[in-house]
Amino acid sequence: MSFRRSDTGGTNVRFTFEGRPLEAKEGETLAAALLAAGVREFRHTPASNQPRGPFCMMGICFECHVEVDSRANQQACMLNVRPGMVVRLQRGARDPEA
Amino acid sequence: MSGGGPVADVIVIGGGLVGAALAYGLSREGQAVTLLDEGDNAFRASRGNFGLVWVQGKGSRSPAYARWTRASADLWPAFATQLLEETAIDVGYRKPGGLTLCMSEAEMESRCTLLQGLRTSLHEYDFQMLDRLELRELLPAVGETVVGASFCPHDGHVSPLLLLRALHQAILDRVAYRPGEEVIAIERRDGLFHVRTRRGTRAAIQLVLAAGLGNAKLAPRVGLQAPVVPVRGQILVTERLQPFLPLPTMQVRQTEVGTVMLGDSHEEVGFDVSTTVAASRDITRRAIAQFPFLGDVQMIRTWGALRVMTADGLPIYEQSQTHPGAYIVTCHSGVTLAAVHAKQLAPAIARGDLPPELDAFCAERFEECHVVQAQ
Repeated sequence: MSFRRSDTGGTNVRFTFEGRPLEAKEGETLAAALLAAGVREFRHTPASNQPRGPFCMMGICFECHVEVDSRANQQACMLNVRPGMVVRLQRGARDPEA
Repeated sequence: MSGGGPVADVIVIGGGLVGAALAYGLSREGQAVTLLDEGDNAFRASRGNFGLVWVQGKGSRSPAYARWTRASADLWPAFATQLLEETAIDVGYRKPGGLTLCMSEAEMESRCTLLQGLRTSLHEYDFQMLDRLELRELLPAVGETVVGASFCPHDGHVSPLLLLRALHQAILDRVAYRPGEEVIAIERRDGLFHVRTRRGTRAAIQLVLAAGLGNAKLAPRVGLQAPVVPVRGQILVTERLQPFLPLPTMQVRQTEVGTVMLGDSHEEVGFDVSTTVAASRDITRRAIAQFPFLGDVQMIRTWGALRVMTADGLPIYEQSQTHPGAYIVTCHSGVTLAAVHAKQLAPAIARGDLPPELDAFCAERFEECHVVQAQ
């Protein structure tokens, strides 16, 4: 499955996912930006370690958790993408010591 | 639509943890069971449970309850294994022992006195008071203001939702499960109980009322009484965290998938399952005092659920004298008592006679209370 922008106008925003530079449009959610960039695996669930990605896109399912600027368990569908965001896969459960 | 259908050995009214555990146990005794469950609009205590299999401190004023609780905790390991074998569902039961954290020396003392009393009346009742240092060795994440804790090896925890699912899965092909059937009327005719719902009338030789708060209205129809009231508990659950709490406490429990449940509020607000900022604040404040790092952890959900409470907090187990074969079963510890309900209470009901150890749980005790209060 691929995602295509219905509106290609707007200002570009640069951010990274797992060290990879990506581009999005200002005003998009982080989840939409990642999906548009072809990212499907957002996190590895602590329950079974399987890969997961966004399901509801409205803050309910918690499947789109990513690590954003070193903060774990952030809901990508509830955040707007910002210039310079450093985004990583959420690997398993958060380590509260980190 | 009466009298036409097959006659069951037992109709169980209520498909929550109490009713499902009884239907499970009765069907294992070879009984033909019909299980009537209400709809999704029912106040389902089983869906909002914290998930403790808890012994310590229970029954300080009722040795019978302390013994019954302990019996269930002792049965739990084999019960969980049996469910796993029958359903392939791991209900997440663990028995690492449990802790009650104490926030002052006075709390430590009263806790110790309470548990010593229980040990005296029950004999084999293990517990240990942990001082500040011993507690920190066990739980490095514990806060500075925690003075110590009581540890009891008989305690454990389980996923209440998986338990409910496993029980329903286990009875799927051996119990006539009827969801969405709210009971309208109960009649005793020709030596049988006829239970009418909007979908028809079901008949059985025996009848078990396990409808939680619904028992209050059902019990008088078969000469029993169930003076139960709703006591709301609110629970918050956090994002998933790496394991930090290897054993459950009364108020904070880390589930096997990493989320942390925070709870133990008590409010008498009638049939209202809403959540409030005030209770959330009290619960989180206490949890943060106990485990300071939780202050920086995200909450992902909160909910309210209604405990099924009697005036003395104890269960009611009784067979009707006016309607023999009709039983009332109600308690607020459907998780802890699930094992003893399935393995001891259900076989007793199948035999048609409750054991003398349950005499203490007759509802008559509330009449005596009233008399005493009136004087």
